[in-house]
Amino acid sequence: MIIYKIPLSSHKFQYISGKFQIWNISKIPQTKFPENFRKSSRPQFTNCPTMIVMVGLPARGKTYISKKLTRYLNWIGVPTQVFNLGQYRREVLQTYKNYEFFRPDNEEAMKIRRAYASNALKDIASYFTKEQGQVAVLDATNTTRERRGVIINFAKEKGYKVFFIESVCDDPEIIEANTMQVKLSSPDYENYDKEEALVDFLKRIDCYKMSYVPLDEEKDRHLSFIKIFNVGSRYLVNRVQDHIQSRIVYYLMNIHVTPRSIYLSRHGESELNLLGRIGGDTGLSSQGQKYAKALAEFIRGQSIKDLKVWTSHMKRTIQTAEALGVPYEQWKALNEIDAGVCEEMTYEEIQATHPEEFALRDQDKYRYRYPKGESYEDLVHRLEPVIMELERQENVLVICHQAVMRCLLAYFLDKSEDDLPYLKCPLHTVLKLTPLAYGCKVESFYLNIQAVNTHRDRPTDMSICFHLRLSRSANTKVGSKSLRPHVFFFLLKTFNVMI
Amino acid sequence: VADTTLTRELTQNPLKKIWVPSSTNGLPERYISQRKVCMTNCPTLIVTVGLPARGKTYISKKLTRYLNWIDVPTKEFNVGQYRRECVKIYKSFEFFRPDNEEGLKIRKQCALAALNDVRQFLTDEGGQVAVFDATNTTRERRETILRFAEQNGFKVFFVESVCEDPDVIAENIVQVKLGCPDYTHCNTEDAVADFMKRIKCYENSYQPLDEELDRDLSFIKIIDVGRRYLVNRVQDHIQSRIVYYLMNIHITPRSIYLCRHGESDLNIKGRIGGDSGLSARGKEFAKALGQFIQSQNIRDLKVWTSQMKRTIQTAEALGVPYEQWKALNEIDAGVCEELMYEEIQQKYPLEFALRDQDKYRYRYPKGESYEDLVQRLEPVIMELERQENVLVICHQAVMRCLLAYFLDKTAEELPYLKCALHTVLKLTPMAYGCKVESVCLNVDAVNTHRDRPSNVDVSRLPEEALLTVPDHH
Repeated sequence: MIIYKIPLSSHKFQYISGKFQIWNISKIPQTKFPENFRKSSRPQFTNCPTMIVMVGLPARGKTYISKKLTRYLNWIGVPTQVFNLGQYRREVLQTYKNYEFFRPDNEEAMKIRRAYASNALKDIASYFTKEQGQVAVLDATNTTRERRGVIINFAKEKGYKVFFIESVCDDPEIIEANTMQVKLSSPDYENYDKEEALVDFLKRIDCYKMSYVPLDEEKDRHLSFIKIFNVGSRYLVNRVQDHIQSRIVYYLMNIHVTPRSIYLSRHGESELNLLGRIGGDTGLSSQGQKYAKALAEFIRGQSIKDLKVWTSHMKRTIQTAEALGVPYEQWKALNEIDAGVCEEMTYEEIQATHPEEFALRDQDKYRYRYPKGESYEDLVHRLEPVIMELERQENVLVICHQAVMRCLLAYFLDKSEDDLPYLKCPLHTVLKLTPLAYGCKVESFYLNIQAVNTHRDRPTDMSICFHLRLSRSANTKVGSKSLRPHVFFFLLKTFNVMI
Repeated sequence: VADTTLTRELTQNPLKKIWVPSSTNGLPERYISQRKVCMTNCPTLIVTVGLPARGKTYISKKLTRYLNWIDVPTKEFNVGQYRRECVKIYKSFEFFRPDNEEGLKIRKQCALAALNDVRQFLTDEGGQVAVFDATNTTRERRETILRFAEQNGFKVFFVESVCEDPDVIAENIVQVKLGCPDYTHCNTEDAVADFMKRIKCYENSYQPLDEELDRDLSFIKIIDVGRRYLVNRVQDHIQSRIVYYLMNIHITPRSIYLCRHGESDLNIKGRIGGDSGLSARGKEFAKALGQFIQSQNIRDLKVWTSQMKRTIQTAEALGVPYEQWKALNEIDAGVCEELMYEEIQQKYPLEFALRDQDKYRYRYPKGESYEDLVQRLEPVIMELERQENVLVICHQAVMRCLLAYFLDKTAEELPYLKCALHTVLKLTPMAYGCKVESVCLNVDAVNTHRDRPSNVDVSRLPEEALLTVPDHH
């Protein structure tokens, strides 16, 4: 049994409160700087929590925007949560009878509605103070100036910034499509039949229409907001206060609701894959070339309209794209994660030459940065423009790499930082993502060309003093029982936690 | 046996290290493209709209500078300049009176001449974006431009600046109008009076872009210098980027300080890259920098560093909070990291020569190019635009890229900009450009600047290659 200790003199990095700090000189007292002093590869966006407040009649896409925006902000590292008033209502009322609850003259209901709205605000405060949240999205109609006033006062009291997102739409087709897609299947209408549900819902909208006061250019000129007209054909943006609001506006202006699909795939099996080596820039193995052909056939079979094909700058993705016989674009940003000094090594070699690195990576695979290389966190930052452009585009096939594909997939499927580095993205498998309702439908197509398995699972036991022998066969085939990799651990006590 | 016939052979371009298929198959060059900002084949015509002194030229020049920096060939066409060439001497505002037939004729001619040059730039000279800088305040004029664009297959994006704040307008006039050629022989009061009358000439016929009437056009309306924006029908990626940029710039007076880390141990040894600490002199510089910054009495200064030891050590000496940006890391020299130029010449003479041939586009094997650096630094520039007073402590190649953005340097000039150690550059936006003050903090340091040698041929002798290498230990 071999026990490895991290040399205390190691000054390359220090483990500070659960995150990997790079070159944090311990002399400067932590109290001098704001709580979240540089924990990632980029600067903090704001020290001040922000409330994003949705505004709009029912079926205008508020929940769609809330969820999508929240997913995006969490992915880029801004802790964000949605507070949906409809859900609060369902918890209080248990069953939904009919639209009468929303009648503006229903005193009883008004009292209840104000109460749970106030609870939502309390939960938001708690999210900011107790859970280190940075952005809270209040997803509700907020259609009256009075209600918005309550929210603004609340935020002012607590020192939160407020940014309104209003969705205005008078296109009856869009409203109907929204209603069909998400409203009729909501828990509210479980016991209704489709037609009755539609009728009730339209009456519900009418209840709000009478008292709806949209954000006004003049009267609300001191507020920070974006008004989205007709699903993005026009925007009115007022008083953007800071970086995060600027990013939010940019994001909102790039998303669309046109139906489309995004295909994600890795390059075909490469020569280094066969040798169990990571990184590098080799060409396809013979199996990989077979996959490229199979991919071409598959794509042709899908009959995709105006498909764009993107690859990285690395030989193996480009060779894969070449087989498709269609134009493709190379993105440097899609290059595989840079493993720095560990490039082209096998896991065994990394274990032998850099045992402490190997262990550190298993402890926090998302934030761990290879020496002279990158972390998953860096990758996400690098991929942000790719995601932004994917949002703008329609049908796209992205031929990339394991770590890159994990990051992109985590964005579309709203996976946490903990799960991201362990998402399964096997070779020779195409994932077809189709936006649907509030999420994303995933279809997985294994193209029946054998390849090695390059997936290393999360180590099962992280306890102290647990040692296992490293064994990983480089020739494990997809479909066979994959050998669980085992790793060396070392006594966590030898970590000197520096504050 | 591998079936290689179906996938074309790939070769790696030696300069940029890009994998491209070797010619054969007959598929056209355009088949494989690098991700560029402007992926569309369709050039874009940006058309400014607004009364005089609303910042149209400021926006045009700034936007052009930004687009060129991110590698979108852009040029601005200022109709006022065409007018000055046509009517050699400016007499008075009367030229702009709406009932001045002669004046109207000349102005229309100038506009058409400018459009003609736009066509040439976009169609024949490989331009991708042209900025047509004029008042374009009537619907009729804008119609003419739209027809012109349609005929030539250009997309049109309007940028309108609306401002009624008299202070802002007055400040504009003082900053840029009084110094313009029209008013060289005028005293300040007369110039201002004349210019105000000039504005009046346009006011009556001004038809701002309208939400309803112009709902099929693509435009952004900037209201009160960025307090509010109305954005309509963004068509594509480049327009989306332009909107994002316009929404992030401001005109609040401020200064940006650029400097490199203090001299590092590797600097002294004449080695490139790496992640070493400061030398003794470098530490002295850090102290001197702290003193300099204090003496400048800068309001709310933000300090940014890279994630490399040497910039962080430099910032530490300032005793103020600072933010680390990975994007500010020095250019990755790949296999040449920590080598001396002499060693690079010895081990990789071909690479060394290629770099001298096209230093901007050359990518180190397993490393980066200046071109990659610019792309990496774009979010930094965007955030610098949003911020006010900032001190950026970075590295030689990085500082060259940032400086090239602020001073509008070309891709050819950029990699040879002089960014010496222990020198702070203070950049202050002024009129249409940037004032630069260079402050040398009087702490000695090695010179790390390597000029382009006269012989860049692959067959050159080592001595010729190493001719311009600066001295080191």
